[in-house]
Amino acid sequence: MTELTKFTISELRAKLAAKEFTALELTEAYLSAINAANGRLNAYIAVTADRAREMAKASDMRLMQGGARALEGVPLGIKDLFATEGVHTQAASHILDGFKPRYESTVTANLWADGAVMLGKLNMDEFAMGSSNETSHYGPVVNPWRAEGGNKDLVPGGSSGGSAAAVAAWLCAGATATDTGGSIRQPAAFTATVGIKPTYGRCSRWGIVAFASSLDQAGPIARDVRDAAILLKSMASVDPKDTTSVDQPVPDYEAAIGQSVRGLRIGIPKEYRVDGMPAQIEALWQKGIDWMRDAGAEIVDISLPHTKYALPAYYIVAPAEASSNLARYDGVRYGLRVPGRDITEMYEKTRAAGFGREVKRRVMIGTYVLSAGYYDAYYLRAQKVRTLIKRDFEQVFEAGIDAILTPATPSAAFGVADQDMAADPVKMYLNDIFTVTVNMAGLPGIAVPAGLDANGLPLGLQLIGRAFDEETLFRTAHVIEQAAGRFEPKKWW
Amino acid sequence: MSVDIDTVKRVARLARIAVDQEDAERMTGELNAILGFVEQLNEVDVSNVEPMTSVIPISMKMRADEVTDGGKAADVVANAPVSGDQFFLVPKVVE
Repeated sequence: MTELTKFTISELRAKLAAKEFTALELTEAYLSAINAANGRLNAYIAVTADRAREMAKASDMRLMQGGARALEGVPLGIKDLFATEGVHTQAASHILDGFKPRYESTVTANLWADGAVMLGKLNMDEFAMGSSNETSHYGPVVNPWRAEGGNKDLVPGGSSGGSAAAVAAWLCAGATATDTGGSIRQPAAFTATVGIKPTYGRCSRWGIVAFASSLDQAGPIARDVRDAAILLKSMASVDPKDTTSVDQPVPDYEAAIGQSVRGLRIGIPKEYRVDGMPAQIEALWQKGIDWMRDAGAEIVDISLPHTKYALPAYYIVAPAEASSNLARYDGVRYGLRVPGRDITEMYEKTRAAGFGREVKRRVMIGTYVLSAGYYDAYYLRAQKVRTLIKRDFEQVFEAGIDAILTPATPSAAFGVADQDMAADPVKMYLNDIFTVTVNMAGLPGIAVPAGLDANGLPLGLQLIGRAFDEETLFRTAHVIEQAAGRFEPKKWW
Repeated sequence: MSVDIDTVKRVARLARIAVDQEDAERMTGELNAILGFVEQLNEVDVSNVEPMTSVIPISMKMRADEVTDGGKAADVVANAPVSGDQFFLVPKVVE
């Protein structure tokens, strides 16, 4: 039955409706695949087999009696950042040990209301802080991709590394993920999957463990562009429980797929041609430009002058917001408690034991830049730079650009326990150089697989759109997918 | 700007994270690497630029001022490491 796990969501929709197999058979196939692979890949940190079977049986009833919903019987993996009622929800952190929420996040509630089946919770960087999935309390996720002829373990990217690895390794049909600086798009690029970060406000943040509230957005990671469109349609909603959820109806994203891009104006920002960019990335970008031109789009050189300041501004804004959001982990209301002489010592010991190194580092930076005397020099200045970054995008869109094409990442996947990255936190942060601008401006961005490098490892391209114009991203990403083809890892696990 | 080890210890205290001498030394180096990286923001002319307060222009949603939820004390304390009679229990705060 393992072959069942190879179908895309759109294929499953047709095959389940045609009764070629049942939702329960499909779920069992995924549960066996997880059982066989997870010891090696570490993508799941909790498998909800009983719940999955119950949900699949309920879907089979619907499929039999009529009234199947948009994702009826489709088995999904859920990033550990989403609150799932009565189920492991720890943001892959030690400090949330044993936390099982009494409520369900809006995004996952939307998926279950559309008939999807929960397979379990996916590994991630602790509190979504990382670009390699190595900061997880549960250990690193291993990328299902390996260099041609090599057997070295590679990272799947992060923070949604479990989501990307599980989708690429056929351990779920699709996955939820979140993106604060590139956490959907960078792992998608490292695993030849499709990931979209929608416009800020498109998916409700209610019930998602907060990292940096003005940057966090949920989105899907999927096997192809159509599946990403199907999943986003279900995940997105207008939610009274999140005041930043925008009051706009959710369009039928799938309808945008296959529409011609003839006459669309695609911007190529010169500032993304960074110093020391590998020739392979440069060549891939040029290929993308050619594909768009061949499909009838008009290619326009553009300038986004404040691009290089996005990453430094992000490393003020995101830690500042994180230090405030993570103040709630105090050993009183949930999770880990380490006793102390008095309440202050209890707080300090709990947080010292419960947070990993990267999380502590960011809480410290955030506390410092918000502390008396430094607020104007750091936080206020960064928020002003953010205004300028957003203005750059507004000006090119006002000038008639429909979407912007860039590389998704500055390199392909790197090794687990890379020495250079471990020695210098800034080096790890540079992974997000092409993706972070989009979060700073609140815009939608999609990463789509575009080719393999000389070692046979996947590389992706990114398309950036106007606010709430995800449809143009699905339309343009589909053109790249059609031209580049799809890429699958050779199974070794 | 850069931080010294005393500043790191003071910030750790503000952040309620216990650090020993070795942690503080390591963190001083790491924090200075990050602060050095963000230093380049000083090149940007931000005079007459408003700080961003919201990425998408929206006005705060209002709803009727009425009770829509509640009566869930047992749920609220369900995940507490220590609780009793639907209260969170903490070490003694007042002598």
